[in-house]
Amino acid sequence: MYDSSKIIPGLIIFVLFVTIPIWYNHGDAGAAPEIKLPQDAKACVRPTAEMRASHMQLLNQWRDEVLRDGDRGTIEVDGKHYKKSLMLTCMECHTSKKQFCDKCHDYASVKPYCWDCHLAPVE
Amino acid sequence: MDKKRRDFLKVAGISTLAGLGGTAVVDRLVSGTHPSVANASGGHGEEHAAPKEEHAVQEAPKTGKRYGMVIDVKKFQEDPALGERISRACIQAHNIPEFPEKKDEIKWIWMTGYENAFPEKSTLYKDETTEEHQVPVLCNHCDNPPCVRACPTKATFKNKDGIVIMDFHRCIGCRFCMAACPYGMRSFNWRNPRDFITEVNRDFPSRMRGVVEKCNFCAERIGVGQKPACVEACGDTGAMVFGDLNDPESEVRKLLKENYTIQRRPSLGTHPSVFYIV
Repeated sequence: MYDSSKIIPGLIIFVLFVTIPIWYNHGDAGAAPEIKLPQDAKACVRPTAEMRASHMQLLNQWRDEVLRDGDRGTIEVDGKHYKKSLMLTCMECHTSKKQFCDKCHDYASVKPYCWDCHLAPVE
Repeated sequence: MDKKRRDFLKVAGISTLAGLGGTAVVDRLVSGTHPSVANASGGHGEEHAAPKEEHAVQEAPKTGKRYGMVIDVKKFQEDPALGERISRACIQAHNIPEFPEKKDEIKWIWMTGYENAFPEKSTLYKDETTEEHQVPVLCNHCDNPPCVRACPTKATFKNKDGIVIMDFHRCIGCRFCMAACPYGMRSFNWRNPRDFITEVNRDFPSRMRGVVEKCNFCAERIGVGQKPACVEACGDTGAMVFGDLNDPESEVRKLLKENYTIQRRPSLGTHPSVFYIV
């Protein structure tokens, strides 16, 4: 190879440069977000692990059932009835969007468009 | 390679013929199988299919609900403040923004001149009451809604109760529905409506910039057994009556039986569910 003394160091510098994000943040994923859980409610409509993993699917399912199928029936959990609604059910207990929704969404860098239209609780 | 022009033309000609003939044969075979399948499954079903479809377009279905409304224009003439009351009630119930400029306006229900509401009616020599008073207009929740056919994302659809509603999540703001609606009952959010909502109703969402909106017959209220906000605002006046048009015992059907009513632009064949007693 001609000019290998220039090309090889050049390649090494290039690879190091493009992988800056990996080695710069290596072993440091940042502190996991601590969310504020509601004080007065003990149970959610689904188990915590399930909510954490698939609350977005549940919200979409509720939306389709209520709006498209017109099925506005409540869901019963431990004898309590809940409406299928983000604004009227979820945010009744999770009274702070900033302390609950945004904490994880910011950490995971996801930007759901719920609040473009839906009204977050007043804080 | 020794290829003669004569040989090349022979091969090309034969393959062209084979290609054309082949597709024709395949088409014939495919179309040939269809009628036999239909005949086998339905017997005499085929000859009935066409008139049945036509029938469905011309008449409301006999089963299921079809919510509709009867508006008594005379009651609105008696009480000139009523028009303002109903549109106010709607604005509050649905977080409708109030933009300062008319070109941005978002409207679900409003009062308009008789000749605008009923352009097919003769207004050459109007009587004084028609001249002086206005008529409330809102989405007609047509039985054959052109906006639903125009919507490319099915954001606008007819629900199980015969109400033409919108799923704002799906609206991409193409405004085909606005072009399709012959009544002009739809508005587009040119600007972010959030900052222009005067009284916020926390039970109902707002909209975002770039979506179309219109009257939803208060689907969220009738779903939980309440009356539409405008009907409620009319109180005991009976100026607006809401009910199931498919139920012969309902109040709307009673009113339709007792009064001469008109619909907006019936010649278009959209079959509006809003009737006017004039």
